[in-house]
Amino acid sequence: MTFQGWLLIAVFTGILLALVKPIGLWLFALYEGRRTPLHVLLGPVERGFYRLSGIDPDEDQSWRRYAVHMLIFNAALMLLTYAVLRAQALLPLNPLGFGAVSEHLAFNTAISFGANTNWQSYAGESTMSNLSQMLGLTIHNFLSAATGIALAFALFRGFARRSATGIGNFWADVTRVTLYLLLPLSIVLAVFYIASGVPQTLAGSVDIATLEGAKQTLALGPVASQEAIKMLGTNGGGFFNANSAHPFENPTALTDLVQMLSIFAIGVGLTYCFGKAVGNTRQGWAILAAMMTLFLAGTTIAYWQEAAGNPVLHGLGLPGGNMEGKEVRFGIAASSLFSVITTAASCGAVNAMHDSFTALGGMIPLFNMQLGEVVIGGVGAGIYGFLLFAILAVFVAGLMVGRTPEYVGKKIESREVKLSVLAIAVLPLCILGMSAVASIIPAGLAGPLNKGPHGFSEILYAFTSAVANNGSAFAGLTANTPFYNGMLGVAMWIGRFFIIIPMLAVAGGLAAKKHTPESAGSFPTTGLLWTGLLIGIVLIVGGLTFLPSLALGPIADHLAMIRGQLF
Amino acid sequence: MARNSQASSKSLFTAELIVPAIGDAFRKLNPKELIRNPVMFTTAVVALLLTVLLVVGQDGLGIGFKLQLVIWLWLTVLFGTFAEALAEGRGKAQAASLRATKAELTAKRVKGAIDSGVVEDVPASALRKDDVVLVQTGDLIPSDGEVIAGVASVNEAAITGESAPVIREAGGDRSAVTAGTRVISDEIRVKVTVNPGQGFLDRMIALVEGAERQKTPNEIALTLLLVGLTIIFLIAVGTIPAFATYAGGSIPVSILAALLITLIPTTIAALLSAIGIAGMDRLVRFNVLAKSGRAVEAAGDIDVLLLDKTGTITIGDRQATEFRPVGGIDVRELAEAALLASLADETPEGRSIVVLAREKFGLDLAALPAGAEVIPFTAQTRISGVDTGGRVVQKGAVQAILKANPGAGSTAAATELRRITDEIARAGGTPLAVAVDGTLLGAIFLKDIVKAGIRERFGELRAMGIRTVMITGDNPLTASSIAAEAGVDDFLAEATPEDKLALIRKEQQGGRLVAMCGDGTNDAPALAQADVGVAMNTGTQAAREAGNMVDLDSDPTKLIEVVGLGKQLLMTRGALTTFSVANDVAKYFAIIPAMFVALYPGLGVLNVMGLGTPESAILSAIIFNALIIPLLVPLALKGVKYKPMGAGPLLARNLAIYGLGGLLAPFLGIKLIDLAVNGIGLA
Repeated sequence: MTFQGWLLIAVFTGILLALVKPIGLWLFALYEGRRTPLHVLLGPVERGFYRLSGIDPDEDQSWRRYAVHMLIFNAALMLLTYAVLRAQALLPLNPLGFGAVSEHLAFNTAISFGANTNWQSYAGESTMSNLSQMLGLTIHNFLSAATGIALAFALFRGFARRSATGIGNFWADVTRVTLYLLLPLSIVLAVFYIASGVPQTLAGSVDIATLEGAKQTLALGPVASQEAIKMLGTNGGGFFNANSAHPFENPTALTDLVQMLSIFAIGVGLTYCFGKAVGNTRQGWAILAAMMTLFLAGTTIAYWQEAAGNPVLHGLGLPGGNMEGKEVRFGIAASSLFSVITTAASCGAVNAMHDSFTALGGMIPLFNMQLGEVVIGGVGAGIYGFLLFAILAVFVAGLMVGRTPEYVGKKIESREVKLSVLAIAVLPLCILGMSAVASIIPAGLAGPLNKGPHGFSEILYAFTSAVANNGSAFAGLTANTPFYNGMLGVAMWIGRFFIIIPMLAVAGGLAAKKHTPESAGSFPTTGLLWTGLLIGIVLIVGGLTFLPSLALGPIADHLAMIRGQLF
Repeated sequence: MARNSQASSKSLFTAELIVPAIGDAFRKLNPKELIRNPVMFTTAVVALLLTVLLVVGQDGLGIGFKLQLVIWLWLTVLFGTFAEALAEGRGKAQAASLRATKAELTAKRVKGAIDSGVVEDVPASALRKDDVVLVQTGDLIPSDGEVIAGVASVNEAAITGESAPVIREAGGDRSAVTAGTRVISDEIRVKVTVNPGQGFLDRMIALVEGAERQKTPNEIALTLLLVGLTIIFLIAVGTIPAFATYAGGSIPVSILAALLITLIPTTIAALLSAIGIAGMDRLVRFNVLAKSGRAVEAAGDIDVLLLDKTGTITIGDRQATEFRPVGGIDVRELAEAALLASLADETPEGRSIVVLAREKFGLDLAALPAGAEVIPFTAQTRISGVDTGGRVVQKGAVQAILKANPGAGSTAAATELRRITDEIARAGGTPLAVAVDGTLLGAIFLKDIVKAGIRERFGELRAMGIRTVMITGDNPLTASSIAAEAGVDDFLAEATPEDKLALIRKEQQGGRLVAMCGDGTNDAPALAQADVGVAMNTGTQAAREAGNMVDLDSDPTKLIEVVGLGKQLLMTRGALTTFSVANDVAKYFAIIPAMFVALYPGLGVLNVMGLGTPESAILSAIIFNALIIPLLVPLALKGVKYKPMGAGPLLARNLAIYGLGGLLAPFLGIKLIDLAVNGIGLA
């Protein structure tokens, strides 16, 4: 570990914390439906959308209606993507003349992008045409992210409203978030990336002569624009297979820092927005404190493990940290930090190959996802997932102050407990259940490239990444097969929508409740004690479940490495 | 409270209670009853499965080891049913003595007109609503009812445990009588208000026995959480065989079962219903009957307490403390007149005037002069006094005296009197004016005496986040002074029953939960509206029906303790849940290495406790998991220690004890058990 490495982590954390309030306030304006400075320009566009589609943005939707509209919208978009990918050969903007995407891959990819996962069973530069990238995939990068943020707004309203029947309007939320937040920020970021050397062209490729005089074909495309929203919306689906390790996606140290910041930016802003929504910003800071503690602990372990390197190689006279699978441009600190950020935030973009991390260094990204992507988490999804944990934490410990548990003025009763447990149980059920199936049937066993516990980690990582809607790959798993494309597709679908539905039901129920004013007898949900309790519950309820599987995967892998056995 | 906790600690673990509870523990293994507790049901199913596998299974584990596992699993289930049986046992003993009271009841039913002298002897069970019975000296009252004629002193010890007799009379707020209580003087006619089986005694028997016990809202939510955790751990354990197959090995079913049972929250699940029953029982021992568990929970949630001033905040009777003459009258003359007017006044206030006059001014007038005629107090005149023939001495409310003596109203003395009146009211007192032959002499300062220590109690309540509102019929000036002296947060002066109801509604609209106590029929709507309404047992039947608790001692101050008991119940549940969940960390570290060490020997390093062998590690974890239940039974039955304080410090304290303690205790416990298991060669 180096001073520079820690400095990077400190600088990143510092800038991030400075972003919390401004982004949070901007989000709060959108949450409330207030005018922003951008309304002068985009207001007519917004109203035009409503008029075209016959939507009344002021209609207050019940949670059921909100859920149904959200589902229809997302299902329609996924069908569109499926159709575009299947018909790719017949459509324009296909300079390299790629053929149709296979059925199972198109199925997997449509769900993957629709569920804000961006798991990629394919290499983009050799599979997807420019139209597929721009229409089929980038559209989800915006709208699945906007859906996530809208859903978070819906849950916030559940906490904030009193004796209300509705939790907002899905169409208005999605439109506003896309128009006033994602689009303008993406444009700014895209321009920055272009200035930094990221390609933005409709040309398919360029041929260059290498120093040795050989001809090399470099794939190009509208990379910068996709890069911006890929990070901002915690999507993570790269234009190129190498993702942010590719110099065309992530050319400089500065773009690397900006990419890391843009992954977390909206997620941290939403914690502040939550505090504003419930009328006490300390509530938001308490959640952020718990998230950041988990994040920095993970970063420390990953960086320490990667910097410590592989004792087997040390024994062979190759000292130093673990550089396998890392870009020399970024090095150990930036790669470790990026890996923790991208898995903490359900982004899934990578600037290094997680499969090549040391066993414990690679376990942190895995564990981050198994916690349910609640450490900052995906845009919207992170905070609503975390709030479900908060509900459980309040319920488990809240009784200890001798009152029916309350959280930000809402009584937490059997309905909330039931639905929160239901949503949280989806994660272990799918991750462990599907990994179990894949680790005993031949079609599943054909996937991993490595043997032993490392091979098991590859399977476990794939399903964890899919269910948690992260989308990063451990690599080392041959996933473009009917079995994996199918199973992972289902996993991503369940991991997204089977949590959303109970979560919206919680929002609807909470909105209908009366507000209980805070008093000296109320359970304190700000301050260190609460932050510690949240961390404890996230680790015990969210994390302990995976201990047996982690023991058989990365932990066994690590212990074998210490004894000089590699897989 | 002190009396209560002493009583419970003494009677917790006597042989009379424990022996039948052991029998009941086995009876409760009945699947129909067990399924009410899904976590314990799961444990029983797993125990049964392992019992069967003991006979037919082949998995390479020693039969001695497997037998021990099976025994400890069954013990886990039995400890749970035992805890519940023990909690119920205390109630059952009480119910038995109540039943004995009920068995011997016979009634003298009045035939024909209500005041008819013709009665017939019938068993109490034959009485129906609206029957009228005659109860004479020495008789037990056969049914709950309303006194419609007569007045009697009644010994209610059978219900309240208090042997001092109480007065029951027709009309007013003391007309309700309870079956099983004994008339010790005079006779009354009672109109039966309930059908057999629905009386107070029946309800009390059902309550203390736990027969009517239904899960309370928080209990239901908690059960759902426990079921959810059980499902999550079922998944975690159920997928292990597949992972082990991948790793090229297999895990015996008994070991998986052991891991599952240690992980699912058996501790809190086993004690959950015992906690609830014990909570109700504590209330009963405290002589408060809650009509439902829901009411007890609501008591813990209370935000606002409405307390009647008289009897709760002040001692019931006002005391005369000062004479304030007007118009240059000698204070001694005023004292003399006041004494004269009060000699026949048997109210505590009247007596206090006599005492003050005698002690302060040495007046020794012992009896009224011959021929003097007493002017009795009436609600219309609000004046009492004496007419000695020559002189008319009047004493009464200031307004009433001025009204009765129109001539005095405009004098300088009247102006002075009004000023003094205001002064007295501001000081929290009640003024009484004295006039002789239409001349104002001055005022008597009647002071409300705030109960000792009540201010501190309200301070505690405030720390707990509970607002206290004093309800009084006094004028706002007097009320605010007493409120300030007693340290209540707010007051409602010149309160009518409607005002009370409106106040409760207003607080509830703001999302607050309100508790109050009351006794009169006109309190009934407010009692019904309040989230916790404690009716005084001396009160009317209407009030007793409207409230969701009845205080058998009729002590309004108890409302404060009832809130404490509600909080204690919730805290006990929360503390044991947290403890149970926190325990899981250590159990993982005991069993995971033991389970997987054969697959990957390196995983031995996870054995941080340094447990002897894989078998002893598993056995120790399961033994700890079983033994912790009986060890926590006393805590579950007595409730966690409760001190009034704010939620912040309370959480910090309980989280340190039950959260951190729950995290660390099993590491120590499992290690110790492992040492013992290895020491005596069990595994």
